[in-house]
Amino acid sequence: MALEFSAQAKQRIERLLTQYPTKQAALLPVLHLAQDEFGYLPDEALHLVAETLQLPPAHVFGVITFYTMFHREKSGRNELMVCTNVSCMLRGGYEVLHHIEKRLGIKAGESTPDGAFHLVEEECLAACANAPMMICGDRYYLDLTPQKVDTILEDLRKRWKERAQQAPVGQGSPSATSPGVGPQRKF
Amino acid sequence: MGFEEAKGVKIVTRNFGVPDSHKLGTYRERGGGAAFKKALGMAPAAILDEVKKSNLRGRGGAGFPTGMKWSFVPKEARTVYLVVNADESEPGTCKDRELLAFDPHLLIEGMAIASYAIRCQHAYIYIRGEMMREAKIVQAAIDEAYEGGFLGVDHAVAGGGTFRFDITLHRGAGAYICGEETALLNSLEGKRGWPRLKPPFPAVKGLFQQATVVNNVETLMNVPAIIDKGGDWFNKLGIGKSGGTRIVCVSGHVAKPGVYELPMGISFKDLIYDVCGGIPGGRKFKGLIPGGTSMPPLDASEIEVPIEFDALTSDARIKDVEVKPGVPFDLGGGRRLKTMAGSGGVVVFDDSTDVVALCARIMRFYAHESCGQCTPCREGTGWLARVCSRLAAGDGHPGDVDLLGNVANGIAGNTICALGEAAAWPMMGFLTKFRADFEAKLRKVA
Repeated sequence: MALEFSAQAKQRIERLLTQYPTKQAALLPVLHLAQDEFGYLPDEALHLVAETLQLPPAHVFGVITFYTMFHREKSGRNELMVCTNVSCMLRGGYEVLHHIEKRLGIKAGESTPDGAFHLVEEECLAACANAPMMICGDRYYLDLTPQKVDTILEDLRKRWKERAQQAPVGQGSPSATSPGVGPQRKF
Repeated sequence: MGFEEAKGVKIVTRNFGVPDSHKLGTYRERGGGAAFKKALGMAPAAILDEVKKSNLRGRGGAGFPTGMKWSFVPKEARTVYLVVNADESEPGTCKDRELLAFDPHLLIEGMAIASYAIRCQHAYIYIRGEMMREAKIVQAAIDEAYEGGFLGVDHAVAGGGTFRFDITLHRGAGAYICGEETALLNSLEGKRGWPRLKPPFPAVKGLFQQATVVNNVETLMNVPAIIDKGGDWFNKLGIGKSGGTRIVCVSGHVAKPGVYELPMGISFKDLIYDVCGGIPGGRKFKGLIPGGTSMPPLDASEIEVPIEFDALTSDARIKDVEVKPGVPFDLGGGRRLKTMAGSGGVVVFDDSTDVVALCARIMRFYAHESCGQCTPCREGTGWLARVCSRLAAGDGHPGDVDLLGNVANGIAGNTICALGEAAAWPMMGFLTKFRADFEAKLRKVA
C-alpha cells in the first residue's frame, strides 16, 4: 500500500521548503517527519520522500543509511539511547547498559518483542558531567544507577501501555520542532 | 595578565540557574538585546574590529581567531550564510547542550550581531539530532524572537538602510562527522555528511556554494558581551592571544564534575583539585584528556599547564607525542605535537583505570564514526580499534604496541578532514604517556 503524508505533515513540508533554497536541503527534516509519521522508514516511505522532494530514491537511500537515527526496520517505541563513551564508561556506563539488557532480556541493537523498547548503545550524548546517562525521546536520565534504571523502565512501560490504548502503536509521535512562526524568506 | 580579572566573571553562563532563563522576557529583563541595539549603531567593519581586538577564538575545537574567520568573507559576495555548529558530539564535551538549554536567546543575539557584521540574511543552526529537548527549546526561542519583532523584520542601521535576518533550526540525524564544518554543510544541503576537500574554504564557497561562516555555539554567545563592553575588556580577561573566559566540562573521576566558566589562565591542577574537589575515594590521579577524546592525553607531570589554547600546543612542560620511543611525530615541517585545548571537554581518570580499555573504547568510537571516504581513516581506525581491543582483552600479539603507533602515523595527515588525526593523535599520545600499560597487556608467552 502506498503511503501518504497526513495533511498536517504536508503543511509542514510546504513550510520547510520556504526555508531552504533547494528542495534537497529539506531532506533531513522531511525524513525526520516521515519517521515521526510512520514509525520507521520502509521502502514505501523512502519513495514517498523521494517523490515529495523530487530526488532520486538512491540518494534518499544513501542519506537514510548514513545517519544512525533513521531506521529502516520497525523498532520499539521507547528508544533507550545509553551512552558508554569514556565519561560514562569511567562512571559505570557499561554496568547500566548491561543491567538494562538483563532487565529487558535483549541485547543492545534489539527491540523487546512487545514493541515497548528499543535499546541502543550510544556514543557520547553531551551530558558528560552527569555520567552515566541515557536519553529516551526528549528526556535525559542523568547520574544513573541500576536502581534508578529499574524505576525508569517501569515508568516508561506504564506510560507506553497507556498510550497504546489511546492510539495505534508506531503512529504519530510528537515531533521535536514546531514549523516555526513568523515570516520565512522566499528564495 | 588576565587571570585575576577573570576570576568569577561569567559571560556565557551568566543566566545559568535563573528561572525561565530560556524565555525572551527573562532574557530582556536581564539586559539582553542591548548589545544588538548598540551593534546596529555601528558599521559592520567596526564590529569586525572589536571582535578582532577581543582575541575571541573558536570554541569548537580548533581555536581559530573568530574575527579573522569573519574577515575571510569576500567583499563582493552577494549571498552570505552564517551557520551555527551545534552538533556537539566530541566525547567528553557537554557545554553547548547546556548553553542552548539555558540561554538560547544569547545565541540568537550573538547570531544577529555576527550576521550584521558579515552581511548574512539567513542563518542556520545545525543542532545535533539526538538533542531533541534542546531542539524544542531553541525552536521555541526562535518562535519567540519572531513574535517579539526581533527576527524577520527590518531594523534601521547606522548610516541609513536596514538589516533583517531569519533563522532556521536544522536537526542532524546522528553522525559525529557532521561536527566537521564541511561535512555539516553537506548534511545541511541534504546529503550524506561527507567532508569536502579544502580549498575552497567555506568562507568563499560554503553552504549552497555561497560564502559561509561556520561558528560554534559558545563562540557566538561571547559576541554580545564583546560589543557591549568592548574588545579590549574581553581580551584583558584572557591570557596571551586568547581573550575571554573558557568553558570547561569536567567529567570522569572527580568529586564535582560539571560545566564551569573559568579564567583562561587556570591550570589543570587547580581545575581538578580546587574547582572539582579532587579525585574521590582516596585514589590517585593518573591522567586526563584535555579537550575531548580527539586530543592527546596529559599525565601527572603535565597538569600545571594552563587550559589556554597556545599553552597546550607549545608549553615545554608537555612532552612531544611520539610515533615510537625516541621518534617524535612530525606535524609537518619538523613541528612537534603536544596537545590541544579542543572543545574544553576534560576527562579525568584515576589510577584504578585500565588505560588500554579506555583507549580501546575511544578507538572504537572513531572506527564507528569514520565516514568511509578516505582509505587511511576508514581502514586505519578499524585497525586501531581491533588491535587496541585485543590488547585490552589481554590478547595482544608481539609487536602490537609498535603496530598501533605505525597505523596511527599512517593515518595522520593523509585524510580529507581531521577525523583521521582525531583518532591517530590520541592513539600516539596514549602510547607516549602510558606505554607500559599497553606492554603489560601483551599475551604472555609460556
